[in-house]
This record gives sequence, structure tokens and C-alpha cells, in this order.
Amino acid sequence: MSPPGPPLWLLAELTYRCPLHCVFCFNPVDFARHSEELSTDDWLRVLRQARALGAVQCGFSGGEPMLREDLELLVAEAHGLGFYTNLLTSGVGLTPPRAAALRRAGLDHIQLSFQDSTPQMNDFLSHTRTFELKERVAALIKDEGWPMVLNVVIHRLNIDHIGRIIEMAVALGAEYIELANAQYYSWALVNRQQLLPSRDQVRRAEEVTNEWRRKLGDRVRIFFVVPDYFEERPKKCMNGWGNVFLTVTPDGLALPCHTARMLPGIEFPDVRRTGLREAWYESDGFNRYRGTAWMKEPCSSCPEKEKDLGGCRCQALMLAGDAAAADPVCGKSPRHAVVLEALAGTALPQAGFQPLVFRNPKESQRLAGVA
Amino acid sequence: MSAACPAVSRRFRLQWEAVQQSWVLLYPEGMVKLNGPAGEILRRCDGTRPVEEIVRELEQAFDTPGLHDDVCAFLEMAARQQWVERA
Repeated sequence: MSPPGPPLWLLAELTYRCPLHCVFCFNPVDFARHSEELSTDDWLRVLRQARALGAVQCGFSGGEPMLREDLELLVAEAHGLGFYTNLLTSGVGLTPPRAAALRRAGLDHIQLSFQDSTPQMNDFLSHTRTFELKERVAALIKDEGWPMVLNVVIHRLNIDHIGRIIEMAVALGAEYIELANAQYYSWALVNRQQLLPSRDQVRRAEEVTNEWRRKLGDRVRIFFVVPDYFEERPKKCMNGWGNVFLTVTPDGLALPCHTARMLPGIEFPDVRRTGLREAWYESDGFNRYRGTAWMKEPCSSCPEKEKDLGGCRCQALMLAGDAAAADPVCGKSPRHAVVLEALAGTALPQAGFQPLVFRNPKESQRLAGVA
Repeated sequence: MSAACPAVSRRFRLQWEAVQQSWVLLYPEGMVKLNGPAGEILRRCDGTRPVEEIVRELEQAFDTPGLHDDVCAFLEMAARQQWVERA
């Protein structure tokens, strides 16, 4: 195997704390067990080490990163180091004074999340009254002159509103619209029965999105990625394990993706004890699923193995019980039936579904106890 | 676009990356890694140089005549990608 290139993306998950309670949150369901957070000095060191390795995009995420009072300081350091700095926020806490301070610190871009196009659905899905606040924050982002990515996680309960969602994003002045189909990990997996759309819903949403693309032309870029459950081949997850992407969790684990800490039997490096260079190039965690040597059948003899690298390790664990198995999304996986069963379930009447589980510390403790 | 002075669009940031040994265009959550010629052209798109001046500089710097058509073709493509705008 040729030596890996440098990480290009650093995702700094500053905290798992969040004022919202989204049903599709990608934070670990047992986040309540990981309440410790890195200090400001730890993060400054992480930023410097990641930049020295070659990382050039830096995302500040969470939880809600605005809850960290040192955010402006960290953004200023990242900017000074030459990172392109991205803030991924719900908007809660992004007041005019903090926006101005982030502007001065050199923040390059803000990705603002909405849950839907109406106050009722937005507030239901996030279990908070935040719709109007988000509208105000969107205006603030434009006033400060930032490019805005408006991100909406798409699922069964809002996918039929996709035209109205795009219309709202355009009205708010977004340059980029990310219609991010829910990926079924963490809280979204807990709520999959409620959230997985039907094949017809996905097809209609794609048609509506394409109509809007034609109408808007170059003015706005719209990203719509079909959820991988509807594909015949798995996604090249994270563009390859330990290939370009490096996440650091609130409590200091260096990971190849933000959900990888769920994988059993891997001790991922702790950035308080291990430098990022060693973590990236030498740790067992980052080397475990690099390349193709770790693969089992049907992946190891598959002609497409370099193309998709066997899909997602976390999904293989969750759906096939083995992180080194083929991603069951793949039609060649012996466990592909579990995906087909989940899709068949989307035809059932919604009344029979289990109630939604909202992301909050109490549910997290309950789920961690079960796990 | 030969009369105008092209400039890297405000939607992008052009930057030299030592680790990658290349010029890159950065934008929200993304990056375009530029090949050598593309980087050399774009680093001169600062809104003060007309295309003819950019061509002349490149021909001198790389001791290669006749770059006009290549530079223009690249700038057409870059304009379509919204990497550059006319200042």
C-alpha cells in the first residue's frame, strides 16, 4: 500500500452539548458518557498540528459550537494558520456581537442548519422554538457578508416539502443549499423507521430539486445526495478511511470520521497524549481500514473495490455486525436483505411506527444503558 | 474577455499549499487543487492585469511564446466555473 497523503480536512467537534434535540443527530447516542471537553490550549495545539500536516479546510462543529466561549479565539488561530474556516451551527447563540467578533477573527463561511421550511415542522423536529431565530441569523450572516450554506437534513417527515425548503433558502440568500439526506447512524438509526423515506418520495424530491436547479441556474448551487439505502453500490465513505478527513471529538479522540468511535476493538489516539502526525500516519486506528488489504469476501475479489473501498465500516458494523464486512447497502453483500427490509418497511402505515426519540442527555443515558 | 482584467472571484480564496506543492482554490467546505499552469494563471488574476499582460508575463516567465490561446481557453473555463470575474 502506498503511504497515505496528508489530511486535508479537520473537523473540530468542539462540544457534544446542544440546545437542540434533533431526531437525526449524528453525535453518538451515548454522548452523555463523554461530557469531558478539551481545553482551549488543547484545541490550539490540535489546530497547529493539523495545519502543519497539510489540513486546509477546518470545520468547527458540535453539538453547537457557539456554546464554546473560546470559539472566536480558535477561529482566529485557525485563520492565522491559513485554514479556510467553516462554522457549522444551528444559529443558537450567534448574536450580532458574536457574529461581528467572528468576522474580525477571520471566519470564512457559515453553514446554518434548518430542519424544515415552516416554524411548525422546524420546531417539532428540533424540539425547540428556533425557526424565527434561524431566520434572523440567516439575515445576520448576509449582513456580515459571509457566503452561506443552508443545510437541511432530509428525511421522510420533510422530504415532501423540498420545493418549499429550496424556496426558503433562496429567499434567505443562501449561495449553497445542502439537502443532506439523513444517514442512518446514531440518533437517525434509532429513529430510522420514522425517518427513512419511500423510494417514491426520493424520486419526487429529486425531480423537484432538478426543476429548481434549472430555474436557478448558476446563482445557487444545490446539493442533493440520494440516501445510500437506495443505491446498489455503497458510498466511498469519507472518500476513503484515513484518506483526507480527520475528526477530533470534544473529548479528544482523533478519528477518521465522526462516528468511528462506535467501532469495537480499536483504540483511537487521544490528542492530549498523541501528536496528530503520529495519530494520522502511525496509529492502529487510522491504519486499520486504509486501502484494501483488510477486506473479506465479497469485497476482496470485487472489481469495484478500489472505487468504493467496501463502503462504510460503521454501517457494516451496525447492519452486518462486523466492521470488516461489506457494507450491506451493496447488492453483493450477503446481508443486503436488511436494507431491503428497511425499505419495504417504508410502505407500512406510519401510525404503527415507534415514537420518535429526541436527542437529549436523558435519552442518551437511557440508550447508553441499553447498549 | 481579453479587454477586461480578470480577478479571482470573491467566492473563492486562492492560496499556495506547501504540503501539496500546489495552488488551491478554497470555498465553503471545498477545495479545487490546481495544476501548475492553472495556478500560474490564476495567481496573476488580481483585477489589475489585462489578459494580454498576463499572457506576456507567462510567456516571459516560462520562456514560451504563443500562450495566448491557451490562457484564454483556460480563463473561459474558469469564468464558467465562476472562479474568476472581470474586474
